[in-house]
Amino acid sequence: MSLTAPHAAGTAGPMTPEPLRVRSLRRETSDTWTLSLDVSQRSGGFPFKPGQFNMLYVFGVGEVAISISGDPGRPGELIHTVRTVGATTQALRAVGRGGTLGVRGPYGRPWPMEEARGQDVVVVAGGLGLAPLRPAILHLMRHRAEYGRVSVLAGARTPEDLPFRRELARWQEDARLRVLVTVDKASPGWTEHVGVVPALLRDVEVDPARTVALTCGPEVMMRFAVRELERLGVPDSRIYLSMERNMKCAVAFCGHCQLVPFFVCKDGPVFSYEQLRPFINLREA
Amino acid sequence: MPQPLPPLEQHPFLRGLSPEQVGSIACASREVSFPAGALLLREGQQADTLYLLRSGRVVLELNVPGRGPTLVETLKAGDILGLSWLFPPYRWHLDARAVEQVEAFALEASCMRGPSPEHPVLEPALAMRLLRQLYDRLERVRLQRLDVYKAGA
Repeated sequence: MSLTAPHAAGTAGPMTPEPLRVRSLRRETSDTWTLSLDVSQRSGGFPFKPGQFNMLYVFGVGEVAISISGDPGRPGELIHTVRTVGATTQALRAVGRGGTLGVRGPYGRPWPMEEARGQDVVVVAGGLGLAPLRPAILHLMRHRAEYGRVSVLAGARTPEDLPFRRELARWQEDARLRVLVTVDKASPGWTEHVGVVPALLRDVEVDPARTVALTCGPEVMMRFAVRELERLGVPDSRIYLSMERNMKCAVAFCGHCQLVPFFVCKDGPVFSYEQLRPFINLREA
Repeated sequence: MPQPLPPLEQHPFLRGLSPEQVGSIACASREVSFPAGALLLREGQQADTLYLLRSGRVVLELNVPGRGPTLVETLKAGDILGLSWLFPPYRWHLDARAVEQVEAFALEASCMRGPSPEHPVLEPALAMRLLRQLYDRLERVRLQRLDVYKAGA
C-alpha cells in the first residue's frame, strides 16, 4: 500500500498566510476549542483531504500547525480543533469570534482513504488525536457503501476530556459504525469503558487481511496500539499513524520536523508503520 | 432470541486445554449471574473465587479516601476477574461492580492453589495463562500510569 496524494498548496502560496476571519468558536473541553474560519470569500471554499493540516498564524505572536478537523465533503467550512497548551495556542483562542488569523495550507499527506476503499477500517484515537481523524470518519460515513466494517475507538483521560463528546454519542447511535469510547479513569456513573484505548481493539472484529488501521494520539499510545494490532496480525503496511513534530515551515525547507529520512510536514504527518518502524523508537538527541 | 453462551471449556481463558486440565482447574465451578450495580468483589473480603466472565461488563473500583470510588478498568466477556486468591492474605484489593447484567463461571480457588504459595498445585498451563493475563494487565496499567493525555505529558 502506498501514499501517493500530492500536496495541495493554499491559494495564497506555500509561505504566505492568508487572512481568514474566525466565524465561530466552540468549547470542546476545559482546554480545547473548535474554531470555524470564514472561507466564504474563497471560490470553492477550502478543499482538503482527511489528515491534512494548516499553519495557523496569530499575527505578532506565532504560528502553529493544527490539523483540520472538519468535513472534507463540506469545503465551505474550515474547522480546526485546538488545545490551548502554549503561548501561541492560547493567543489563537484569544483571537475570538470576528478576529483574524493567518492561514497557510493545507499541507501534508492524508489518511489513505483511497487505499482503504473496500477494506474494513479501524480508527484508534487518543485524546485530541480524534481531531485529525474526524475528517476521515466523516469521509467514511459519507462514502459508507465503499468500505467494509468501520470501527471507531476513542479514548481520553477522563469523560470531561473527551473531545467531540456529543458527536461520539451520535455516532454510537449510528448503525453504520461501531463506536467504543474509553477513559483512563472515571467516577461512578460513567457507563462506558474504563481503560486504555488500545485495549478496545480486543472488542472489535479485526480481519487482519482486510483491515486498515488509522491511529492518532500521543506517540506512546500509538505504539501500544500498534503492538495490539500486530498481535491481531495486522501487517505493518496496513497500520497508519499521524505523527506530531515541531513543524515550522510546513514545506520541508527548515528541517525542524525531520524524522531521520522524513520531513513530517511533507512526507507525513500520516505514515504507514512499515515506513516508521525503523525510526519510531529512536531516542531524540 | 439471544445466542446460548459457550460452555466452560470454550471460555477464552480455558480454550485449548484438555478435558482433564479443565476438570482439574475447575474442580468446583458454578454458573453465576449478577444484576447491574451488584458487587462481584468487595475490598477486604475473602478472595476465594476466579470469575470467568461470559457476558456483560464489570468495572473495577478503587476507593480513594477523601475522593470516593475511582473507576480504573472495565472487564468484559472473555476476561477473567479476581486474582487476589493467588497469594496471602487472600483478600480482594478492590471492588468489582457489574455495569450491566453479568453472567460468569465462578471457579473455586481451592482447586487451583495449594496449601501455600510455596506449595502451589497450579497446573503449568493455568500458571502460564494467568501470567499472560497479568502481563497484559501490567502493560495496560503502565500506559494508564503514563497519563499520556495530560497537558505537557
